[in-house]
Amino acid sequence: MKDSIISIDDVSFQYPDQTAFALQHVSLHVQRGEWLAIVGHNGSGKSTLAKMLNGLHYPKEGTVTISGLALSEENVWAIREKLGMVFQNPDNQFVGTTVQDDVAFGLENNGVEQKEMKERVQEALEKVGMTAFLNQEPHHLSGGQKQRVAIASVIALRPDIILLDEATSMLDPAGRDEVMNTIRSIKDEEGLTVISITHDLEEAAKADRVVVLNQGSVYTEGSPQAIFQLDQELLTLGLDVPFPVRMSQLLADEGLILSQRHFTEEELVKDVWTLNFKK
Amino acid sequence: MDIKFQEVEYRYAAGTPFERLAITDVTFHVPSGEYVALIGHTGSGKSTVLQHLNVLLKPLQGEIEIGSRTIAAGRKEKNLKEIRRRVGIVFQFPEHQLFEETVEKDICFGPMNFGMSEEEARQRAREAVRLVGLPPSVLERSPFDLSGGQMRRVAIAGVLAMKPDVLVLDEPTAGLDPRGRREVMELFASLKKENGLTCVLVTHSMEDAARYADRIVVMHKGRVAKRGTPRDLFHDRASLTALGLDVPETVRMQRLFEEKLGQPLRQLCLTPEELAQEIARLQGERS
Ligand SMILES: Nc1ncnc2c1ncn2[C@@H]1O[C@H](COP(=O)(O)OP(=O)(O)OP(=O)(O)O)[C@@H](O)[C@H]1O
Ligand SMILES: Nc1ncnc2c1ncn2[C@@H]1O[C@H](COP(=O)(O)OP(=O)(O)OP(=O)(O)O)[C@@H](O)[C@H]1O
Ligand SMILES: [Mg+2]
Ligand SMILES: [Mg+2]
Repeated sequence: MKDSIISIDDVSFQYPDQTAFALQHVSLHVQRGEWLAIVGHNGSGKSTLAKMLNGLHYPKEGTVTISGLALSEENVWAIREKLGMVFQNPDNQFVGTTVQDDVAFGLENNGVEQKEMKERVQEALEKVGMTAFLNQEPHHLSGGQKQRVAIASVIALRPDIILLDEATSMLDPAGRDEVMNTIRSIKDEEGLTVISITHDLEEAAKADRVVVLNQGSVYTEGSPQAIFQLDQELLTLGLDVPFPVRMSQLLADEGLILSQRHFTEEELVKDVWTLNFKK
Repeated sequence: MDIKFQEVEYRYAAGTPFERLAITDVTFHVPSGEYVALIGHTGSGKSTVLQHLNVLLKPLQGEIEIGSRTIAAGRKEKNLKEIRRRVGIVFQFPEHQLFEETVEKDICFGPMNFGMSEEEARQRAREAVRLVGLPPSVLERSPFDLSGGQMRRVAIAGVLAMKPDVLVLDEPTAGLDPRGRREVMELFASLKKENGLTCVLVTHSMEDAARYADRIVVMHKGRVAKRGTPRDLFHDRASLTALGLDVPETVRMQRLFEEKLGQPLRQLCLTPEELAQEIARLQGERS
C-alpha cells in the first residue's frame, strides 16, 4: 500500500519448541499518522507481533517493512530509531539506575548532545508527571509510576512510531486519560504514528482503526464503530462491548424502547428519555 | 480472618539518604469475611499497604492485627509461616511471583512448602489452572514462556491452590482480556460468598469496586483519605474527583438520566443491571 509506514505481509511465527504458531499468515498495513488499536484475547499474539516490529523476533514466513526498511538483523538498529516500544512489563525495559538516567539512556545511544539531552529528559518526564522522581531507582517505583517512566523514555526519543503494549494498564483512569492525551497531542503536532495494544475497550474506541487478533490470526479490522457492531461475537473472542452498548442491551432486555444501540452515554440517555418518558 | 491496621507508617530505605515515606497514619478494619477495595491515585501507597498483610513489609510505626497475631513496629517477628499460609497475595506484577521451571511446579510450590503431599498438590494445581481458564497443557510449560495475561492467570492459580483464608489482590485483572477479567472477579466473589474468604482488592476499576466491595478505603498521598460503603462514597462525585478519582460509569449515566428526569432516583445504582431495572421500574410506574 502506498502510504503505509508499516507493512506486514503474510507473516507466520512459531516460538522454539512449540507446536502451535503464535502468528499465522498475518497481514497488516499501518498508515503514517494513524492511531491503530490492537485488541484480542490473552495469548492471541499481540505481544509477539509487537516484539517482531521491534526486531526481537523475525518472521518464519512473510515479510515486515518499517519506514521503508525491511526487517532484518542489519536493519534492526535503524528500525528501533524509528519505532519506539513500551513493553507490557516496564521492569523489562529499565536500564538506568535512576529515573533520569533511564530516560537519557536511549538519547545518549543515539548521540544526542548533553544540553539537548537534559532538556529532552526533563520535557519527557514533565509530560508524564514524573519530575519529582528524577533520582529514584526505576525498579523502586509504584506500578503506575514505572509505566509513566517507561513511556517517558520512549517519548524522549521522538520516534516516528510509538508502539504501546498495554502501557497504561496500571494507571488510574484519570492518569490513563492524561497520558493518552499527551501522546495524542504529540501525534497531532508531529504526525506520530501510534500502535496501541490494549484490553481497554474505551481506549480502543478512540482509535482511528481497530484490529482484532484471534489465535494468532487477524480476525477482523475496521473502525471502532464497525468493530463494536460485532456485539455478541466480541464475547466469544474474549472481548466485551463498551459500556453504553452493554447498557443499551440491558435496557432493551428490560423492555424499554431504543432506536438503536448507542456508543455514548449522552445519546443513550437522550434516546431512552425521548422514546420512553416524554409524553 | 479479621484484619486491623492501627496508625501504620512505612518508609522505604529508612535511615538512608534515599528514605521515602510511603504510608503514614493508616488505620482501617477488614472484618472477617468482608470484601474491601483499596483505591487511589498512582503512588498513593496501596501496594505498600498490601505488602504488610503477609508481613513482607513491617510497620515502622503502629501495629497490625491479622487474626490472632499482632505485628507491631520495632519488634522481631518470628514464625510468619502460619500467616503466609493463610494470607495469599497476588502481586501487582505476576513476574514477581513466578520462579519455577514449569507452571505445575510453580503452583505446587506453595502447598508443598506448607506440608502437602506432592500428589495432593498436583491435584490442586490441575484444579487451579482450570479455575483461571487455562488448559491443562499449560502445566508442563515454563511460566516465563507465556503471554502476559497467561502469566497473570498462573500467578492467581498459585495463590488459589494454597486455599488461603484471606485473598490479597493487587490489581489482579491488569493484563487480563475483558472476559478473563470478568470471570476472575466472579471467581473471587464466589470464594468470598461460598467459602467465607476475606478479600482485600487494590483496583483502578471503579466499576469493580462498586460491584464487589462491601467497603472502600481511599488512599491519597500515603494516607487514608476516605472510607465508606460504595454507595456512600460514589454518591459524592466532587470529593472523589478532588482525589484524582471518579465515579463508575453507571453512576455517571444515572446522573445524566436524573438531569433529564429533574429528580434523583430512589438510590444510587452500583451496577448496570441495577440501573436498567430502576429505569424500567420508573417507566412502568409512569405509564
Ligand atoms: N517466549 C515464549 N515461548 C514460547 N511461547 C510463547 C512465548 N511467549 C509467548 N508464547 C505463546 O505465544 C502465544 C502468543 O503470546 P503473546 O504474548 O503474543 O500473546 P498476547 O496476545 O500478547 O497475550 P496477552 O494479552 O496475555 O499479553 C501464547 O500462546 C503464548 O503462550
Ligand atoms: N521499593 C521501593 N523503594 C522506594 N520507594 C518505593 C518503593 N516502592 C514504592 N515506593 C514509593 O512509595 C510510594 C507508594 O508506592 P506504592 O507502590 O505503595 O503505590 P501504589 O498506590 O501501589 O501505586 P500504583 O497504583 O502506581 O501501583 C510511591 O511514591 C513509590 O514511589
Ligand atoms: Mg501481551
Ligand atoms: Mg501498586
